[in-house]
Amino acid sequence: MLEFLETITGVPTPLLFGQILLGLINGAFYAMLSLGLAVIFGLLNIINFTHGAQFMMGAFVAWMLLTWLGLGYWWALILAPLIVGATGVVIERLMISRLYKLDHLYGLLLTFGIGLMIEGFFRNQYGSSGLPYRIPAELSGAWDLGFMFMPVYRGWVVVFSLVVCLATWLVIEKTRLGAYLRAATENAALVQAFGVNVPRMITLTYGAGVALAALAGVLAAPIYSVNPQMGTNLIIVVFAVVVIGGMGSILGSVLTGFGLGVIEGLTKVYWPEASATVIFVIMAIVLLTRPAGLFGRA
Amino acid sequence: MSETSRRSVLAAGAAFAALPLSHARAQAANTIRIALLCDFSGTYRDVTGPNELACVRQAAAEFSNRGFNIEVVYADNQNRADVGSNITRTWIDRDGVDCIVDGGASSVALAVNEVVREKNKVFLNSSSATSDLTGRFCSPNLVHWTYDTYMLAKSTGGATVRAGGDSWYFITADYAFGHALERDTATFVRAAGGRVLGQARTPFPGTSDFSSFLVQAQASRAKVIGLANAGSDTINCIKQASEFGLARRGIKLASLLMFMPDVHSLGLEQTQGLICTETFYWDLNDRTRAFTRRVAGQLQSNVPLCMNHAGGYASVIHYLKAVADMGVARAKENGAEVVARMKAMPCDDDCFGPGSIRQDGRKLHPAYLFEVKAPSESHGRYDYYKLLQTTAGDEGFRPMAEGNCPLVRS
Repeated sequence: MLEFLETITGVPTPLLFGQILLGLINGAFYAMLSLGLAVIFGLLNIINFTHGAQFMMGAFVAWMLLTWLGLGYWWALILAPLIVGATGVVIERLMISRLYKLDHLYGLLLTFGIGLMIEGFFRNQYGSSGLPYRIPAELSGAWDLGFMFMPVYRGWVVVFSLVVCLATWLVIEKTRLGAYLRAATENAALVQAFGVNVPRMITLTYGAGVALAALAGVLAAPIYSVNPQMGTNLIIVVFAVVVIGGMGSILGSVLTGFGLGVIEGLTKVYWPEASATVIFVIMAIVLLTRPAGLFGRA
Repeated sequence: MSETSRRSVLAAGAAFAALPLSHARAQAANTIRIALLCDFSGTYRDVTGPNELACVRQAAAEFSNRGFNIEVVYADNQNRADVGSNITRTWIDRDGVDCIVDGGASSVALAVNEVVREKNKVFLNSSSATSDLTGRFCSPNLVHWTYDTYMLAKSTGGATVRAGGDSWYFITADYAFGHALERDTATFVRAAGGRVLGQARTPFPGTSDFSSFLVQAQASRAKVIGLANAGSDTINCIKQASEFGLARRGIKLASLLMFMPDVHSLGLEQTQGLICTETFYWDLNDRTRAFTRRVAGQLQSNVPLCMNHAGGYASVIHYLKAVADMGVARAKENGAEVVARMKAMPCDDDCFGPGSIRQDGRKLHPAYLFEVKAPSESHGRYDYYKLLQTTAGDEGFRPMAEGNCPLVRS
């Protein structure tokens, strides 16, 4: 069977398995980021273009906690999402909340502008080369899987992000809070009439979406260069993931995130030059055949 | 008011209004405009950008009392060839710029090179890598100052092959620079009896995860992974190679183009023992230290000087010497003549020491092979490099006859 696989793919099977696994790991980042975007879009109808900058802020806050306060990775995993989430709450209260009555485009432009300003600020303060951040001692080292050498930290990223994605889905689909949130998207006035503070709920939802981006940023800090443009590279792909999965569909964005990670990983073996474009080709095909996305409701 | 007196008042007013204009014109004729074009917002910002601007301004300041004015302007090329050539055209056609410094990424520099040649101005390239600038695309209006892919390949590549690294796999940034660096290094590897087992061309910009390519490289069983990339691509590759334990498996990384800011970003813990080639290091000798002290107050606080920044300074100093020598009016009129004068004059500056410029536009100066220090060996801020080997200028760069530069053939 393995030999057959090797013959038809032209790539040694161990290498193929390795690439699928690496694709899943990248997919974990796509899934976590697109999850935050989907939550924000689903409940606020805002296309949050600040998401890449907020992902980057998560990584920078992790670095700041370590360098300035001596607080390591595990603290960063808790504190960075809270701190960056709080900045999200401020942004939502001060600016984004004024745009809910207007067309989507205004929210998109505002968040895009805020993202550029945040990135520019970090670039001026810290330059473009990036800052060092080590893998925590508990997660360094690697497992020999036979077909490849698997760093422990990458395994942790996949498991942790799966748990976060599942937990978010459960909160939104299976709890009373989630039911309020979903009801508020359908008819805010009615939910408010039942005594639920809808504006506060929306603010906290934005904060939670931003915190998810920051959490992904902390996960990324030990393996990617912590630099101001680290979110820019990722966020365009993540938007494509959200569009392919279906805007606002939580399960859709998670599954598409992991799936596209694998497809991109395989492209890196067969046609490395095209690995940056393959996701957009898929996006074009999906938009032409299923405009609402694979899991979206038309 | 009588008709005569009204007319005389109008005439006086007109003469007064024209006064600053003619004064401005006279000033423009006596002003050399230098424009720095490089990355101010992307992955190459720290290895060019604000620090290079400080160095170019330093050069202009050192020439402030030679009887002509110097203006320095700058712009972000966004690492895009179309943006770079459009800015260059606007600068030359509308703003009266006489000299373009840097250019930035090789793809941008190749585009700017053509515009400058067409407009007969001066192009002082201080950070682009491709050796094609002094090869098939060489121009009478260009000086390629700091380094090139051939020199890097010979110095870092050659040293790696001599140390036993005879089978290579390249991870290459998929554009002009990466291709040139891969090509030049592969030539040296093969000439030394080594083999190239494969390569992965990675999309630029936009790749941040290199693990897939590193695993492919490992599967090829090559002893050396040649990084034909720069900036955050190199940083990510080194970081992820250490995560995947490549060094523990006996695989060496050859960082073919690595700058001080990259080392600073990764930290000595992760970079110790790596070798790289630069043509300037702040702590090389008394002159480089003196230069570093002069510009120190104007640099970005967290970004060390590297050879590109020094290249910006030194190339402008030499250009201004040529301008002072031939006169501002002639220098503004004919860029190729200024470059010819620069080639005829011997070079000497604090960053690169004595040197010369060849007919094909190649600036010759020594290349230094450095090893990154271990954290225990580093005793001060930015004390990062140990000098391993010095290659003289005429040996380090590609022999002029091998470059196929049309200027040389003619």
